[in-house]
Amino acid sequence: MSVFDSDIFNFIKPKNELEEQGNISDNQPFVPDSMWIKCPVCKSAILSSDLADNQMVCPKCNYHFRLTARKRIECTVDVETFCEFDKDLTSKNILDFPDYSRKLSKAVTTSGENESVITGTAKINNIKIVLCVMDSSFMMGSMGTVTGEKITRAFEYAADNNLPIIVFTVSGGARMQEGILSLMQMAKTSGAVKRHSDKGLLYITVLTDPTTGGVTASFAMEGDIILAEPNALVGFAGPRVIEQTIRKKLPKDFQTSEFLLEKGFIDAVIDRKNMRNTLFNILKLHIPFNKGGLD
Amino acid sequence: MNAFEKLCLARSNNRPTSIDYIEKVFDNFIEFHGDRRFADDKAIIAGIADLYGRPVTVIGLEKGRNTSERMDRNFGSAHPEGYRKTLRLMKQAEKFHRPIICFVDTSGAFCGIGAEERGQGQAIAENLMEMMTLKTPIISILIGEGGSGGALALAVADEVWMLENAVYSVISPEGCASILWKDASKADKAAQCLKITSQDLFKLSVIERIIREPKNLNDNKLFLGLKDLLNNTLNKKCSIPIDELLESRYQRYRKFGN
Repeated sequence: MSVFDSDIFNFIKPKNELEEQGNISDNQPFVPDSMWIKCPVCKSAILSSDLADNQMVCPKCNYHFRLTARKRIECTVDVETFCEFDKDLTSKNILDFPDYSRKLSKAVTTSGENESVITGTAKINNIKIVLCVMDSSFMMGSMGTVTGEKITRAFEYAADNNLPIIVFTVSGGARMQEGILSLMQMAKTSGAVKRHSDKGLLYITVLTDPTTGGVTASFAMEGDIILAEPNALVGFAGPRVIEQTIRKKLPKDFQTSEFLLEKGFIDAVIDRKNMRNTLFNILKLHIPFNKGGLD
Repeated sequence: MNAFEKLCLARSNNRPTSIDYIEKVFDNFIEFHGDRRFADDKAIIAGIADLYGRPVTVIGLEKGRNTSERMDRNFGSAHPEGYRKTLRLMKQAEKFHRPIICFVDTSGAFCGIGAEERGQGQAIAENLMEMMTLKTPIISILIGEGGSGGALALAVADEVWMLENAVYSVISPEGCASILWKDASKADKAAQCLKITSQDLFKLSVIERIIREPKNLNDNKLFLGLKDLLNNTLNKKCSIPIDELLESRYQRYRKFGN
């Protein structure tokens, strides 16, 4: 339920000697600002093309930049195997909440998506899966009724077709502009997870930065296997809310993936470059033994 | 009365708390403690009792009735161990075929270091998932404040009822106003927009029933009325085949946003 301000895409150009002295001239080689991205952790300047080639992970310090859902799908599943569900499902301002309609259309424009989650089927090294990927660029991945509906339908499809499901989470929590109906999505998605689980099917969660609030308190924490990207913020309450409640500064590294690993709430922290392979290895070990190898 | 006035009323210290309902609606209540993993959370009171001779499991979020009780019970804001105690006793109810009655009154699950360290999100998530297929009838009654996930963790049920002046919300109106409008004092506007009153929630089909409040909430009429209502409802729910009950519980939540 918190809103995160992201300044990770502050584009800067490292200054060369001449610029620092203020005597740059027109015939100096010029690198446009937009080609450089500053790593928010190690502060080094990275060529944006290098960053993209490295799956948006800082080559110097391993900081994992946030990924859009489309980019995430691209680096996770086999080429051209993603088959999207419910692409045209869009949210409405059901409660007539002030300013929500405008925010929704702005989110559609800026993210290029219709909702905060993309769902569908895909293959990882030829193993068929159902996949849900949340997108932080759509209202901070908040969960509205359509988000919950798409995730629920994905679990129901996976249950009906005996498929494993993988969910990449990123969310500020329930979407308050949809009031109680967004809270109900926590119960609704949990019910769908339970039905899928009761059929003996595999659900893998991958927590990415940030996963908080109602998403943490529902399907994000319900996976059979819970993985996380390094240094992702994962928690129920956002850090600012906790600091306001207890009137104390929080310890460093509180609510990070590594913190959750230490406390016993996730199975493993996996670097992005190893995620696809890790998922494949887990999937492979869940193919029923007597049914033989891959199709 | 507008939504904000109802919110203030729902939070008022004069309202009966879960203990009052447990004492006055049921007989022979025996309290059980602890989650068997970490601790006993006093923000949740739970145990077994009888309702016209029928054994039931009763669980309530308890705010406390005076200042020292409120401190002791963390103002009804539960930690993960509270939700785990709830789940433990719900599983026990399932084993012994006892229906479950929950009383909800909390501003929300506690936000703090210990709560996060011990997996507040995971504890709530597990309750939501397990309650969905618990093979015994569940009735949840919102008696005061129903604060977000911390309330929902006791409110995945076959029927959810609300006291006339109780509220139920995804976020506190103050929190909503401070995030959206950077101004917690606009809570009255947020309360209106969030649709938190029993009347609004009945219209949205989030609850099955509004319990009319007598002028004096400590009037025995309220408790005796509730006792009969629970008894009649449980008679009906207990006669439904369990698969049908669970299917309608699933559909009860499935319909939101379908």
